[in-house]
Amino acid sequence: MLLIDCPFCGKRTESEFAYGGPALAPRPDPAALTDAEWVDWLTVPPNPLGWVEERWWHARGCGAWLTLRRHTVTHEIAEVRHGR
Amino acid sequence: MSEGFEELCRVRPIARQGMITLRGDLSAKAVKNAVTGVAGVDMPSRREARHVGERAILWMSPDELAVLVPHEEAAVAAETMRSALAGIHALVADVSDARAHFRLEGDTIREVIAKLAPVDMSPAAMQPGMVRRTRFAQVAAGFWLRDEATAQVFCFRSVADYMSGLLRTAATPGSAVGYF
Ligand SMILES: [Zn+2]
Repeated sequence: MLLIDCPFCGKRTESEFAYGGPALAPRPDPAALTDAEWVDWLTVPPNPLGWVEERWWHARGCGAWLTLRRHTVTHEIAEVRHGR
Repeated sequence: MSEGFEELCRVRPIARQGMITLRGDLSAKAVKNAVTGVAGVDMPSRREARHVGERAILWMSPDELAVLVPHEEAAVAAETMRSALAGIHALVADVSDARAHFRLEGDTIREVIAKLAPVDMSPAAMQPGMVRRTRFAQVAAGFWLRDEATAQVFCFRSVADYMSGLLRTAATPGSAVGYF
């Protein structure tokens, strides 16, 4: 179970949050991409062994959207910030 | 004395509790005045609940407060807040009939809540006057400790029956854990 340190509520268990997906690169202009690149951006999440940035929603707490840096091997959370 | 067979705490639904949601800039003087004016209690800081009798102000998020007043006053109180905030970016909604409230009374309220919610209920971590939004088993809920032996729990009215069952189950006679 992750403990996520919400900047407004303090340390809360993962079960109060909803996972909001990886923090993706800014949305590209689909007209400027090949179909394969567009499908890749839309549907293939980065899944490295190591640090990822991802969004979590404190749905059963204060309702804030947070961005956090999490290590996918150790589950260590290095940073939690409000918004993007 | 039927020790061990009494409920761990009294679970009582509060039939009618007025509740108004306010969203806006909580640091704005107009917002503070509008809220404290109808509630008649002090403005809470982050994660705080202030109450006097049936009236209370609960911190709900960085831009949201819940204002509790007697049910029969809620509609008028919401209107009063709305006119006090005319021209200011804020939202006021009377949610009295969309929420259900329960009062827990007894010496083991910490234990009953700890069975249901992922909250550190130790006296050092959760103190009277703190408000907590969280979940109780499968549903979103909030509560605050009015004092050491009294808690008020609230949830969406659509899950009131579920919450009632949860609280009564957690308070079942003979189910004391004795952790706190
Ligand atoms: Zn939060």
